Amino acid sequence: MTAPWTAGEEPRVYPIARSGDLVHIRQAIRTLSQECRLSLVDQTKMITAASELARNTLIYGGGGTVRAGTVSRGGKRGVAAIFEDSGPGIPDVEQAMTDGWTSGGGLGLGLSGARRLVDDFDLNTVPGEGTVVTIIKWVR
Amino acid sequence: MSERIPILRIGDTLIVSVQFDLEDQTVLNLQEDLADQIVARSATGVIIDIGALEIVDSFVGRMLATVASISRVLDARTVVVGMRPAVAITLVELGLSLGGVSTALDLEKGLAKLNRAASSGLQ
Ligand SMILES: Nc1ncnc2c1ncn2[C@@H]1O[C@H](COP(=O)(O)OP(=O)(O)OP(=O)(O)O)[C@@H](O)[C@H]1O
Ligand SMILES: [Mg+2]
Repeated sequence: MTAPWTAGEEPRVYPIARSGDLVHIRQAIRTLSQECRLSLVDQTKMITAASELARNTLIYGGGGTVRAGTVSRGGKRGVAAIFEDSGPGIPDVEQAMTDGWTSGGGLGLGLSGARRLVDDFDLNTVPGEGTVVTIIKWVR
Repeated sequence: MSERIPILRIGDTLIVSVQFDLEDQTVLNLQEDLADQIVARSATGVIIDIGALEIVDSFVGRMLATVASISRVLDARTVVVGMRPAVAITLVELGLSLGGVSTALDLEKGLAKLNRAASSGLQ
């Protein structure tokens, strides 16, 4: 899935290289969500999903980037974030998307939970090459 | 350089008020500091005020659940107070039920909950 970025509003790229970056990313998604006038609950869901995915990029993907910005489609507006790493990839996506499954010491809720929290969710992973996760939350 | 959140003590109760979005390492520090302080100050109750937090993700959620378990093992009780409604909705949808975590709407109700637990424990 390629995000339908709003014309004239370039997405910004944020590094995910250390744990402090997660704080900045949450802040950036919050600002975008407010600009887009997502409801308070939807803002909270989008920021939380982004936090989960950014941490996965850092911990499992060995770091990477997130591109975040506003999107438009059919007169609707929303916030999109694309998390990208060149880490090991996810060998079994179905397993990784299962509630409670973790290869590390997590709760195994990040991927499956993030999918529930957003409107559009797309996971693209190639073992040995990396992982790209795209999420969008649309204004209702 | 990792930050630490101050832990206040009033009587037998430790009180932590999380005022800003925390880095993961700060969250882990808080978990350890609380465990240490429960023992060092013979606390019987812990209140964690998260009213200022706009989001609680699985990392912070797990810390809250872990502190609740640790305090139980150390014969103290933890009450999480001030969770925003949007945060509660999001946590449930994320799949984090925080089943073992006792909560109250605000600090006052949290203290009352600890006091009730303490007095029923004496009987
Ligand atoms: N970017 C990634 N690269 C490689 N593997 C990943 C990536 N993201 C997730 N995974 C794999 O998918 C599993 C499930 O991820 P998920 O976020 O659901 O749970 P977790 O991170 O293990 O725990 P939690 O997020 O609840 O703390 C991870 O344990 C990891 O094995
Ligand atoms: Mg995760």
